Amino acid sequence: MRRTKCDASRAAWRAHFITALSCTLTACAATPPDGPASQAAEPQRASEPFPSTYRPPESPVTLIRGATVLTGVGERIDNGDVLLADGRIQAVGPSLTPPADARIIDAQGRWVTPGLIDVHSHLGVYPSPSIKAHDDGNEMIDPVTANVWAEHAVWPQDPGLQTALEGGVTTLQILPGSGNLIGGRGVTLKNVAAATVQAMKFPGAAHGLKMACGENPKRVYGAQSRAPMTRMGNVAGYRQAFADAQNYREQWLKFEREFARRQENKHGGSDDDAAAPTPPKRDIELETLAATMQGDILVHVHCYRSDEMAVMLDLAEEFGFRIAAFHHAVELYKIADLVAEHGVCGAQWADWWGKKIEMYDGVQENIALTDYPANGCAIVHSDSEEGVQRLNQEAAKAMARGVRAGLDIPPERAIRWITSNAAKALGVDAHTGSLEPGKMADVVIWNRDPFSVYALADQVFIDGALVFDRAARAAKPRSDFLLGQPLAHPGLETPL
Amino acid sequence: MKSLIACCLAFICSGALAQDVLIRGATIHTASERGVLENTDVLLRNGRIAAVGVGLEAPSGASIVAAKGRALTPGLFGGLSAIGVNEISLESTTVDAYLQLNAPAFAMQWRPEFDVAVAYNPNSTLVPVARMEGLTWTVLEPGSMPGGSFLAGQGAAVTLGGAYDAALQGSRSLFINLGGEVSALSGGSRAAQWMLLEQAIHEARSRTAPEDGALLRPLGRQALARYLDGGRVVFHVSRAADIRRTLEFARTHGMRPVIAGGEEAWAVARELAARDVPVLLDALANLPSSFDTIGSRLDNAALLHAAGVRIAFTQFGESHNARKIRQLAGNAVAHGLPHDAALRALTAEPARIFGLGERRGRIEPGLTADLVLWSGDPLEVTAFAEQVWIEGRAVPMRSRQTELRDRYLQRLRQTQQSGAHAPAESGARGDATPTFHRESTP
Repeated sequence: MRRTKCDASRAAWRAHFITALSCTLTACAATPPDGPASQAAEPQRASEPFPSTYRPPESPVTLIRGATVLTGVGERIDNGDVLLADGRIQAVGPSLTPPADARIIDAQGRWVTPGLIDVHSHLGVYPSPSIKAHDDGNEMIDPVTANVWAEHAVWPQDPGLQTALEGGVTTLQILPGSGNLIGGRGVTLKNVAAATVQAMKFPGAAHGLKMACGENPKRVYGAQSRAPMTRMGNVAGYRQAFADAQNYREQWLKFEREFARRQENKHGGSDDDAAAPTPPKRDIELETLAATMQGDILVHVHCYRSDEMAVMLDLAEEFGFRIAAFHHAVELYKIADLVAEHGVCGAQWADWWGKKIEMYDGVQENIALTDYPANGCAIVHSDSEEGVQRLNQEAAKAMARGVRAGLDIPPERAIRWITSNAAKALGVDAHTGSLEPGKMADVVIWNRDPFSVYALADQVFIDGALVFDRAARAAKPRSDFLLGQPLAHPGLETPL
Repeated sequence: MKSLIACCLAFICSGALAQDVLIRGATIHTASERGVLENTDVLLRNGRIAAVGVGLEAPSGASIVAAKGRALTPGLFGGLSAIGVNEISLESTTVDAYLQLNAPAFAMQWRPEFDVAVAYNPNSTLVPVARMEGLTWTVLEPGSMPGGSFLAGQGAAVTLGGAYDAALQGSRSLFINLGGEVSALSGGSRAAQWMLLEQAIHEARSRTAPEDGALLRPLGRQALARYLDGGRVVFHVSRAADIRRTLEFARTHGMRPVIAGGEEAWAVARELAARDVPVLLDALANLPSSFDTIGSRLDNAALLHAAGVRIAFTQFGESHNARKIRQLAGNAVAHGLPHDAALRALTAEPARIFGLGERRGRIEPGLTADLVLWSGDPLEVTAFAEQVWIEGRAVPMRSRQTELRDRYLQRLRQTQQSGAHAPAESGARGDATPTFHRESTP
């Protein structure tokens, strides 16, 4: 099946608030932003729903001076400077000359990296405290719930967002859980304090689609004596869902053809008095899957075993979608070359294993071996409110094990696992994940080599704004939940 | 005496007495008052530390290890775990870590006589995975599950050296889980946890036959009675108010309490110090994950230590990745705990807490020779154990995980080297050769 790539035009159509649906169902590039078709009374074609309202705050021009800089794209600059202005990285290099009004931060002896990115978080949908009423991550009423969106359940008061920021995390993808074959849409957020999720949404970021292999879906539904009960049932479930979405897409394409023909005839003065075609009924679930096949939604697959990952690569081929990353992927090291050939990333833990039989073959070199082949794309993810606070330590462990196994992995390479590679899997690598001129000024200053257990983030910037400063202890926590709790730790975040 | 004979027999039966080992020129973290000894030697003989000093002479036939200044520590504590009693957590046939009799809470009979340590399997794949990372012993902790009791039963310390009879004498403890997480097992209220415990203690102390509806059976009464008047009881408890009540309860009934969890222990540090009650804690617990842990914070360990409370590290519910315990200690140091206190909280302190302090947990002559030679700072995430000795014997630095790694690394190297773009590699891997030093001290 032919794949239609919408990536290039995605930003443009989002900017013009062209409907997600019209991009979903037609070739993006061919959709005129203000053409006659969109002016016509097409039913149900609202602008992009739940748009981001995030606006970076004003911030002073800032020069970070004299640090060991890891750019996130493989370079290390000793005694390097980083200049931030207008919310963007302006320059990176030795001995930059700051503008007269610049705030200067002396970073001698400290390290600077891009803001860290966690591609697999459930903060907000499984928040702290993890009480029953907070279980918002898994819509386990049907194995395919492509219609649900994580952003509709993200609680911005989750105290874990603040502690993640204190660990240098500036961007996160919040995903639905893995109880379903297709769990729903994930959302990419900027880790900023807000009272609404829209005010955290990463502008222009594509949605993710959470899929899950293996034990979880078959355990959840098999226990209810319904499909899927086996791994066979898992794959049958994905295939039927995407086959339904193909059919749905065909219906819409047919409608659009008929609609266009009628418009053409009208303009051509033809005397066509045929009734206007009736649009198909919108189906929120199939809309998501159709958009996925169109390339507008990035697929993230919870998948442990190598054999299942290989099956998923073939499934993606059959239905013409692209997998952005296998998550957890405890056995990816067994097929690292195959996964790399397909341009798929592996998002993994450094050392977690064994809780389930599909996690039994874990090795501590998994991330390093995922990184090893030409075109290998390794990512350290957390899937944990604890792990997200120290992605740098998880990367350090994975790096050290790779080096011990004889692989050449300097820090400037390993930092990619929690910055640029993660940004690539989220489709935001043109905007963040590296210290390159023009990128968002998402930056962390560490008190020492971040690949140390003793390293702490001193300062964190998002779009050039200082959002965390360890030296300036806050009197109050960011989360409303913790206000007025007598024993709650105030946290360290700088109030804005 | 009996156990001494059994111990000797075990050595003889298992082949031979361990060969003498002389470790030369190590930086020895003694975990004792002697602190850190630079460029010092340690002699291991008959499973014990025979001597610690400068310029020790090698007995004939001894194997000599040149430490070259690298760190040598006592074998690390693996925390409270289910290593050897839980192979695959979600496969019930492989899990022996808790009792689920599935009676409703108030029709339940408690079984303090349940001792999880008797299920220990030294051939579990978790054992080599843990020990090759420097963990030489752990405390098997019974859990509380739905359909079970919040008085979980007994556990004990086991050595991870591979012996069948692995339980360490004097370490047996009773485990009681308290608070909101287990209130479903006490009829919905934590208040009933104290009520039921009082009932059980009354039965254990009673000389008359149990009445109808008793919590305990005869052997259970005996088992619980052993912990009254001086027995070690590990209370898993988080909330400050519950910790204070635990101290009162333990005092009333003559128990020697150990607090496990203790997320809000910093708030009652003075009381804990005054009664010399130790805390087993997870130094990464900083979120209000429940309404029992609103006061969680990363400097809990540092605050407790500063107040004079004895601490040891543990994870909870983590056996497969027990090796992560070092990372807890390192993070506690980053948040204010002195480095030597953090190392003691992985070695001497847990040994002392579990009644093993005279035999394990420090590098001193006469103690069991559980030792680890490190590639760098033992608390650093980029350092690793280069050699582990348990009871004087060098353990194989292999596990199922290294077998898997080697099989697929070799395969991957072949396919990549036949391709065009294989990245550069550093020197060949050698398990005893440090190829990487990213050491740092706080």
